[in-house]
Amino acid sequence: MFRGLGSIIYKEVFHIFRDPKTLFLMLLIPGMDMIVFGYAIDLEVRNIATSVYNLDGRRESRELLDMFTNSGYFAITEHVHSEEEMTRSVVQGRTKVAVRIPPDYTDQLVRGGSATIQVLLDGSDSTVAMQALQAIDAIGLSKSLDIIAEGVNRRDRLPVETRPRVLFNPDMKTPNFMIPGLVAITMQQVTLMLTALSIVREKEQGTLEQLMVTPVSRMGLMLGKLIPCAIIGCVETAIVLTIMVVVFQVPIAGSVGLLALFSLAFLFTSLGMGLLTSTLASNQIQAVQFAFVFILPAVLLSGFMFPLESMPTPIYWLGQAVPATYFIRILRGIILRGAGFYDLLPQALILTGIGFVVLVLAASRFHKTID
Amino acid sequence: MPVIEAKHLTRRFGSFTAVDDVSFSIEEGSIFGFLGPNGSGKSTVIRMLCGLLRPSDGTATVLGHDVIAEVESIKRNIGYMSQQFSLYGDLSVMENLNFYARIYAIPRREMKERIERVIEIVGIGDYRRRLARNLSGGWKQRLALACALVHGPKLLFLDEPTAGIDPVARRELWNLLFDLSGQGVTFFVTTHYMDEAERCSHVGYIYYSKLITCGTPNELKHMPEVTPEGAVRLEVRCPRLSMAMRYLSTLSEVHDTTIFGDSLHVLVDARAANTLIDELEVGGFGNATVASIQPSLEDVFVTLTRNRDFEERGVKPSRV
Repeated sequence: MFRGLGSIIYKEVFHIFRDPKTLFLMLLIPGMDMIVFGYAIDLEVRNIATSVYNLDGRRESRELLDMFTNSGYFAITEHVHSEEEMTRSVVQGRTKVAVRIPPDYTDQLVRGGSATIQVLLDGSDSTVAMQALQAIDAIGLSKSLDIIAEGVNRRDRLPVETRPRVLFNPDMKTPNFMIPGLVAITMQQVTLMLTALSIVREKEQGTLEQLMVTPVSRMGLMLGKLIPCAIIGCVETAIVLTIMVVVFQVPIAGSVGLLALFSLAFLFTSLGMGLLTSTLASNQIQAVQFAFVFILPAVLLSGFMFPLESMPTPIYWLGQAVPATYFIRILRGIILRGAGFYDLLPQALILTGIGFVVLVLAASRFHKTID
Repeated sequence: MPVIEAKHLTRRFGSFTAVDDVSFSIEEGSIFGFLGPNGSGKSTVIRMLCGLLRPSDGTATVLGHDVIAEVESIKRNIGYMSQQFSLYGDLSVMENLNFYARIYAIPRREMKERIERVIEIVGIGDYRRRLARNLSGGWKQRLALACALVHGPKLLFLDEPTAGIDPVARRELWNLLFDLSGQGVTFFVTTHYMDEAERCSHVGYIYYSKLITCGTPNELKHMPEVTPEGAVRLEVRCPRLSMAMRYLSTLSEVHDTTIFGDSLHVLVDARAANTLIDELEVGGFGNATVASIQPSLEDVFVTLTRNRDFEERGVKPSRV
């Protein structure tokens, strides 16, 4: 019944160790999965970037802000000096929460009146917004109770009233938040795989060597491979965005032209990653495995599923090296918050920079592999 | 001017020398057969001559161009057919041809005419729309040849063009090569088939990275090393060949015996040639026939290989 079992196992052991690249990938991917998933899947939100417009500036107001920081939910990342700046910080995506303390905050508390704290919330990330809302409510309530306990307050209104306003995605629908990110993930996956496979296939078939004895230049060969993939990538982006708008009813709040322009930056990065994969993999199966190495961080560390802010510092910085991180910010900025060119320029520049580095690295490796 | 001239061509991979000080030259219109066991350095030589690999040492010119400095001029004027079928299986015969015609930047108005010409040469006209992967082995090779010919190269490198195809297709492919060679195309062909080697105008034999000999098949057969002074080569036919071989190799006047199909090739002292049949009878092989023969190329290579093994590694020329 088990005849030959031992000999088959014996031979399989050789197969496995003769292909160290595949073995390495097979061991690397689950390890990466565990670490990244383990750290990333933490649905509790911490350190939400918050901007403060403090018109009061006195000790009482600073104590209130300390309560925000000490709660662990908020990290005050900037102080602004006008209503406009306050809104801008949220539209640009620099902060997800903006707090305005009125000029008469201390006076109201002393007089036993009621002070109104205005809070702007970016509702595009419903998970974050929901928790931020609850935390803000709790802070307002706890401050009020303190004051009431001291017996200063004589009126029936709460001494500290919080008035939150959800700026985007006011219904806080989860799909609206997830779908723009999904656009980035699918774009990267398709472009990367297409590029990598089209080159690795020629390597496998020996047609690449055949091409190298013809007068084809290395640059001609490389661009000839990349350009069709880029065109397919563009068409695919258009399809995915159309599905987003038509099927999932997520409207594009900002400029479609801008979205197209910034998508190009991401497309180049994906092509570069595909080219890089093709230089690392010697067959199509390996290419698929390498593509996984690129896709996992894009899903887990880009803020696509879990907010980057709540992740431990090393993981956070790892996330900053993932191109999808910037593109997802751009997508959410344009689609959900209607952000403009200058609002997202920093993200676009970093993305283009990463893309450039990846492409140059991939191109030089590609030239070496065909030599 | 020779079409290919290699001088002290050497290629090392790390500490391994794949091609060691190889020099030869090939004249226009010849069919140069490049022979040698697997791993002896044949493909490495081709790859250097095509500009795919840089020589570690030595130089070579192909069609008058230096293989290091003028790679691009070489690439425009040579054709290359690799061991493995390396055309696009998902493109049709015509699409493959069109692709190669474009790569070589053949002007639009000449393109159609050129393609039709190579289609006619290899006779693949009936399969224009067939996907390349659906062609049989022989037709695949014809298509590969057509693609390698489409830009009218003066020199063609064929790396084991007939490996794995049937004998009829093999013969037809060779007839094609003869036709083209008659038109002035020079061929550099590697092969393991001795009958193909016999058909070449010139033959080179590479063994353990070194070119052992080079010349016309006739020159090779008359090399003194192959048939030493005072020795003759005889063909022995008899039943129980391997026993006869064992018996013959015990005789002091016999230098070498090798089985060739249903006969033995025996290198024997000339003075003992006439008595060999008697010796066989003594040994119990009474109904043997003995005939004097010219050495075949296989005899040449087997002898040279054994001599080389003996010189280089002290391995005794094997007798059984």
